Amino acid sequence: MGISTPVSATPSREVARPGERGTWTLAYERFLQHRLAVASIFVLSALALVCALAAVVSPYDPEKTALLLIHEPPSIEHPMGTDALGRDLATRILYGGRVSLSVGVLAVAVAITLGTLIGGVAGFYGRWIDGVLMRFVDMMLSFPRLFVLILIAVLAKGMSVPAIILVLGALSWMETSRIVRGTFLSLKEREFVLAAHAVGVRDRDLIVRHILPNSLAPIIVSATLGVAGTIVAESTLSFLGLGIQPPVPSWGNMLEDATQDMAKAPWAAIFPGLAIFLAVVSINFIGDGLRDAFDPRHVIKRG
Amino acid sequence: MGRYVARRLIQAIPLLLGISVISFAILKAVPGGPTAAYEGNPYFTDEDLRRLEAAFGLDQPIHVQYLNWFTHFIQGDWGYSYSGGQPVLQLIFERLPNTLYLTIAVYVTVLVVAIPVGVLTAVRQYSWFDHIVTGSTFAFLSTPTFWLGLLLIISFGLQLRWLPLGGIQTPGMDFDLVDRARHLILPVATLSLVQIGSYTRFLRASMLETINQDFMRTARAKGLLERVIVLRHALKNAAIPLVTVAALDLPGLFAGALVTEQIFGWPGMGRLFWDSATRSDYPVLMGILAITSTLIVLANLFADVLYGYLDPRIRYP
Repeated sequence: MGISTPVSATPSREVARPGERGTWTLAYERFLQHRLAVASIFVLSALALVCALAAVVSPYDPEKTALLLIHEPPSIEHPMGTDALGRDLATRILYGGRVSLSVGVLAVAVAITLGTLIGGVAGFYGRWIDGVLMRFVDMMLSFPRLFVLILIAVLAKGMSVPAIILVLGALSWMETSRIVRGTFLSLKEREFVLAAHAVGVRDRDLIVRHILPNSLAPIIVSATLGVAGTIVAESTLSFLGLGIQPPVPSWGNMLEDATQDMAKAPWAAIFPGLAIFLAVVSINFIGDGLRDAFDPRHVIKRG
Repeated sequence: MGRYVARRLIQAIPLLLGISVISFAILKAVPGGPTAAYEGNPYFTDEDLRRLEAAFGLDQPIHVQYLNWFTHFIQGDWGYSYSGGQPVLQLIFERLPNTLYLTIAVYVTVLVVAIPVGVLTAVRQYSWFDHIVTGSTFAFLSTPTFWLGLLLIISFGLQLRWLPLGGIQTPGMDFDLVDRARHLILPVATLSLVQIGSYTRFLRASMLETINQDFMRTARAKGLLERVIVLRHALKNAAIPLVTVAALDLPGLFAGALVTEQIFGWPGMGRLFWDSATRSDYPVLMGILAITSTLIVLANLFADVLYGYLDPRIRYP
C-alpha cells in the first residue's frame, strides 16, 4: 500500500496540468510554423550576441578617434567605413546596439509592470476604480507621446540612461493596461476563478496564481511589439540629440552625427539605421508569430 | 445620435482639463525653465531674477499659475511668447496651416495608394503581388520615420539631385505651384510610406474577413459583376474600421510630422514646438499641447460618430 501512494499522486498531478501545458505546447508548435518569426529569433539573438561580445568581436575602441581616418568608405579593415572622427562605424554600431537594445527591453519592462498593475487593479476591482483609471488611460493616450518625451528631455537638458528608460516606460504602458484590464474583466467571472474565490483564496493569490497566468499570452505579444516601438522611440529621441548623449554611441545619436556630412559619407547615415531596421523588423516578426501562435482561432497557413 | 455626440463632447471636457493640468504639471516639474538661461551670469542678480519671475508670474504658487493661465486661455487669451513677445495664438496660427498642409497631403497619398493596393492584395491572396506587398509593408512598418527621411534625402536630394533637401519652398521665391510640389514630395513620402504599410495591412485583413461573409455569397449568387461585388459590397464594409485607424493614427502622425519637420526644415507646428521647448517658452508649449490634444480627442469622437454612420448596426448607448 505504501507504494501505491506516490503512483496515484503522479497521475492526479498530470490530470490537473494538461490544459495549461497544452496551451503553451500548442502555441510553441504554431510559432514554429511561422518561418519568418523563427528566422527572426535567430537574427535577433545573433545581433544581441555580437553586440554583447562587441569587445571580443571588434579590434577597435568605439570612442577612440583617428584623425587620419575620417570618413573612410567601407573597406576590409572598416567593413562599414568610419565616421567624422575616424571611429570604426561597425564597432560603434555594436556598442550602440548594447545601449539601444537594453534601453528598449528595460523600458518595456517598466511599461509592462505599470500596465499590468494599473490594468489589473482596474479590471479586478472594477466600479469607480476602473472608471477613474481608464479615464486616466484615455488621457495618457491623448498626449502625443513624442511631444511629451521631447518636452521632458529638452527642459531637463538631457537625461541619464536610467531616466530615459523610466520616462519611456512611463509613457508606453497604456496599451498593456487596456489588454490586462480586458482579460481580468472576463476572467474574474469565469468559473475557476469564482470557485477559487468561493474556497476562500485571497485576492492576491487569486490574481497572481489564477488570473495573471491566463492573461500572459496577450501581455507577451504586446511586450514584444512594445520593444520594437521603444527602440524606435529611443533612437528618434537620440537622433534629435535628446536621448543617449555622445560619446556613448547609440544607433540614434550615430545617425544624428551622420547628418552633418551626408553628402560625403552617406554610409554613416545608412548602417546605423539598418541596424535599427534589422532589430525592429525581427522583433515585429517575432511579435507577429507570437500573436498568431497564441490565437486559437488562427488557422495555420502554409507559405 | 445628436444626444450621443453631445454627451461625448461633455465627456471630453474633463478629459481635456486633465490633459491641461498634467501638461502644466510636467512643465513645472521638470527642472530648468525660462530663467535657467541666466543662471551663473554674473550680471544677473537675484533682484533681476525676482523681477523676471514676477513678470512671467512664476513667483506665484503653481495652482494659482495654472488657474491664471486657464482663465485667460478660455477667454481666448493664450498669453505671449516669453522669447519673442508675440501672442501665442498668432504664432500657432502662422504655423498650423503648414502642418495641416503636410498632414492632409499625407492622408490623401496614403488613401490613394493603400486602398487599391489593400483591395488587390486581398482579392489576389497569396499571389506574388500579395507576397511582395505584404513583405514590403512589413518592412516600411519597421522603418523609423527619421531614417527613411534621411535615406530619401541622401538618394533623391544629395545623390540624384532631383528634389530639394528641405524647406516649404525655394527661399525668396514667390508662390509657385511646381516649386511647392517639389518641396512637398520628400516629406510626404517619408510620412506616407510608413502609414501606407499599416493601412494596406489593415485593409487586407479586413477585406479578407468581409469576403468570406454570407452577403458576399448572396451578391455572387445574384450574378453581380466581380468588380461590383468587390468595390461596392466588400470594400464599403471593409473600409469602416479604417476610419477608426485613421483617427487613432493622428497622434502618431503629429509625432512623425514633428521629426519630419525637423529633418526637412518644414516651418510647421513641430518646429515651433521644438524651438519653444529649447527656449522653455511655456505659454507657446501649453498652447501647442492644448491644440494637439484637442485635435486628437475630437478626431476620436469624429471616428466613433462616423463609424456609427457607416455601420447602421451600431447603436449609440
